[in-house]
Amino acid sequence: MMTRLNARRTLEASAGLVILAGIGLAGCKHPASGTPALKATAAGTALVESSGGHQVGATGTVLKDPVVVQVNDDQAAAVPGALVEFHGSAGVSFDPAAAITDSSGQATTLVALGSIAGRYELSATTPGKSKPVTLNIVETALGYQQRVGSILADKYCNRCHDPESSAERVSNHDNLEVKPHAFSEGDTLNKMSDADLTSIVLHGGPALNRSALMPPYGNTLTAADVRALIAYTRAVADPPYQPAGTVYARK
Amino acid sequence: MQSIRKYFSSAWQKLFGDPVRAFGIVSLILLLALAIAPAKEHFSEWHGYQRQYLRLIRDRGDAISLRRRFEPGIHQIWLPELGVVDRCTTCHVGLNEASLGDVGQQPFRKHPAIPHSLDGFGCVICHGGQGQATTVDEAHHSERAGEEPILPARYIESGCGQCHQSALPGTPQLNLGRTMLTRYGCVHCHAITRPDGTKVLATDHPPSLVHIADKTTREWVYSWLKDPQAYAATTTMPNYKLSDGDASDISAYLVSTSTPHVGDTVAANTKTAANADATAGPSLYGQSFCASCHAVQNAAGNLVGGDVGPELTRIGNKAKPEWLAAWLDNPRIYDATTPMPHYRFTPQQIATLTAYLQGKSDSDYGMGVHLDAASPQQTAHGRKLIVELGCAACHEINGVQKPENFAPELSTIGSKPLAQVVFLPGMEHSLSSYIVAKIRQPRAFGASVKMPQFALTASQTDALTTALLALTNRGKSMPDNLRVAAVPDTNYQPAGHAGKLITELACFSCHRINGRGSDMAPDLTWEGSAVQRPWLTDFLKNPNTLRPSLIRRMPRFNLSDGDNKELTDYILAVYQSPSIDADLAPAATNPPEAVEHGRQLFYSKYACQSCHIADTKNDKGYIGPTLTQVGSRLTPGWVYAWLKNPQALRPGTTEPNQNLSDEDARAMTAFLMSLKSTGGRGVKQ
Repeated sequence: MMTRLNARRTLEASAGLVILAGIGLAGCKHPASGTPALKATAAGTALVESSGGHQVGATGTVLKDPVVVQVNDDQAAAVPGALVEFHGSAGVSFDPAAAITDSSGQATTLVALGSIAGRYELSATTPGKSKPVTLNIVETALGYQQRVGSILADKYCNRCHDPESSAERVSNHDNLEVKPHAFSEGDTLNKMSDADLTSIVLHGGPALNRSALMPPYGNTLTAADVRALIAYTRAVADPPYQPAGTVYARK
Repeated sequence: MQSIRKYFSSAWQKLFGDPVRAFGIVSLILLLALAIAPAKEHFSEWHGYQRQYLRLIRDRGDAISLRRRFEPGIHQIWLPELGVVDRCTTCHVGLNEASLGDVGQQPFRKHPAIPHSLDGFGCVICHGGQGQATTVDEAHHSERAGEEPILPARYIESGCGQCHQSALPGTPQLNLGRTMLTRYGCVHCHAITRPDGTKVLATDHPPSLVHIADKTTREWVYSWLKDPQAYAATTTMPNYKLSDGDASDISAYLVSTSTPHVGDTVAANTKTAANADATAGPSLYGQSFCASCHAVQNAAGNLVGGDVGPELTRIGNKAKPEWLAAWLDNPRIYDATTPMPHYRFTPQQIATLTAYLQGKSDSDYGMGVHLDAASPQQTAHGRKLIVELGCAACHEINGVQKPENFAPELSTIGSKPLAQVVFLPGMEHSLSSYIVAKIRQPRAFGASVKMPQFALTASQTDALTTALLALTNRGKSMPDNLRVAAVPDTNYQPAGHAGKLITELACFSCHRINGRGSDMAPDLTWEGSAVQRPWLTDFLKNPNTLRPSLIRRMPRFNLSDGDNKELTDYILAVYQSPSIDADLAPAATNPPEAVEHGRQLFYSKYACQSCHIADTKNDKGYIGPTLTQVGSRLTPGWVYAWLKNPQALRPGTTEPNQNLSDEDARAMTAFLMSLKSTGGRGVKQ
């Protein structure tokens, strides 16, 4: 009796194993993404960022520009045909998540950030010749309030505060006697409290004994607008802004 | 059988033979049964999250106040008016806790700052998902029951669009999607009614094809139909993926039924064109600011110019020279409602510009297209295809009626039940991924699908999806007091001869007046209060640049002196702001000490030179208009009122309201009015 039962159990178990293996094999044959397996034909020793880092986008959306990284060898020459894999924290997705470098040694991917606002540290990895090489890329996702701030900054502030000019918009930065700080200048702006930033926006430069070239916006912007602007400034600060609130002691 | 019965009866005897033991056992069973409910609660998913939350807040500095605000048990936001029963806050415990903004561990992070209170609207109105569920799986991805899973964050702005029908400053993606619904002509085929009953109207201008043979050749129509984006990368015309034969038949029908129209073509004046200087064409194109509306691909392959009118990179391949000349002479003969202004070019200018535009052609475009004359059967087949594909929903076509309700209505597409959706194999079962797939690859849903292929980028597709997901049943059932209606353009039409001139010059294509028109150029509703007569007369004759940083500028129209006076009189008489009282305004000329006081305020106290140039030698401000001749341009009443409160005169203007005192505003007005034109630019005195 016992032996027969045991035999039956083993049989069931093995049948189960066969089914599982079958599912596994089927899964291997038809990967969900439908992309063929990538085969690297070369390997490099270094990974550098070509473009697409330090972008600012809305939470959950695809960043405007793709992230492009380049695989190089010892002589800093581009390596075509090397495998590059992209990784990010939870919620980040890549299209594609792995790529083979093209003829100029570059791998390109579109990045969608997660649904939580903040800085995202992504990484690109290539197997390398002897050990894997990893490159870190930083992107920023803006929440609703921060994005309202970025839209307001574009309308009212960036014409002077952003030194970069574009074809559609010429920066006024260089025309000013006292140069305004870019909103990403964490070294300067992180030292200023929210109250100081609020008062300089509301009452202009003279409020903090600074240049009158910065006009007051207290009668133009609402309190919520100013909060949004400050939230945006904090989000894009580089080095990142650490709120000066209570430091919670760990037990 | 026997042995089993024996076994059971002995067991029964052992357990219940003795009444005391039986009582004990029954009590034990009862106790266990009673324990099931609390145990189930104790081991439930949400209870686990609440315990995790308590562990999380235990070590924080504000643990005591966080602990005091925490209430164990199932939490629920119940809003019968909105049909909301959301238990999401059972696990998302810290949504309203200001100090938990830095928590990385979900579901405990504070909700990001939004303009609405969470308790007033609940969660599912914006995020979707199943609010009544108390397990993660059922609330977030309840695919099993055919219910809508939670909305991906990239479409979150659709939630705002259910109540807010007008553009919001904080929802650029939704605003873009809505613009695309009207600009890409979606609503020509798909009717969309807003929750307040108003219809979404198209803002594109699909050309009438009634006189198409005057304008272009059958070969061009064929090449265009085969691949519109190959002719103009930015066109909103979609690709119908026609076979060679079908495209040939449609082109045959359109060209053969086209009726000639008097004035659509003029004999090309080749002699004057040949005499023209090679640089005359580009310089006239530049002076006329054609690039404000029309784009041209440059050598690097980038499009340069506006997107109001069609791209002109290959216009020479399309337009017949005799049609182009007639069009440049007066576009309203061919198309009475075109947004293109009637420039009043001289015959010489028309010849120059026609020759220049004809030169914008691509010798490779349409190469190898040779169409044989179509048989009556082929032409009839062309008409059948036009009816089937719904071409007449957008374009006026001879012999084909505009179809009504050609494609499914989309007024509540955002609430389409998943049970009614046919998903493609391997597709995620959610409405958002269905809409995205349908926009990206409509023909993938079956060979009989008529919807064409639109050339959209990934972000445009996301924006369109957001706008469509906002069209929900909930949006229709919202209480009226929560609805923010769309502000439609008015149908303002100025009267008389000046009104006719305003239509002919297509002022509304760039300017907004009394709630109608585009926002490319300044709103002219109060222009009559703002400017002085000599300046306006001169500006209409020869518009000079006020804002150095602008790319799109006012073109020069060859208005006759009579028309110029008519328009100037009308603007000065009619477009008057009631808030500016000319009698109370400061004087136009002032004593030198008042001017000097104003100058000091301008440069030191208010530092206006950061954005404006009042003195070309020292000032460099590159944002606001140049003020070197402002005393000859603006009225003192307007300058004073503007300094006091710019937003009151032009809502949304970027000049900050500096809350000037009356004295300061008067002094600054005195200074600005002293900045007169030297007459160098020919202002009539």
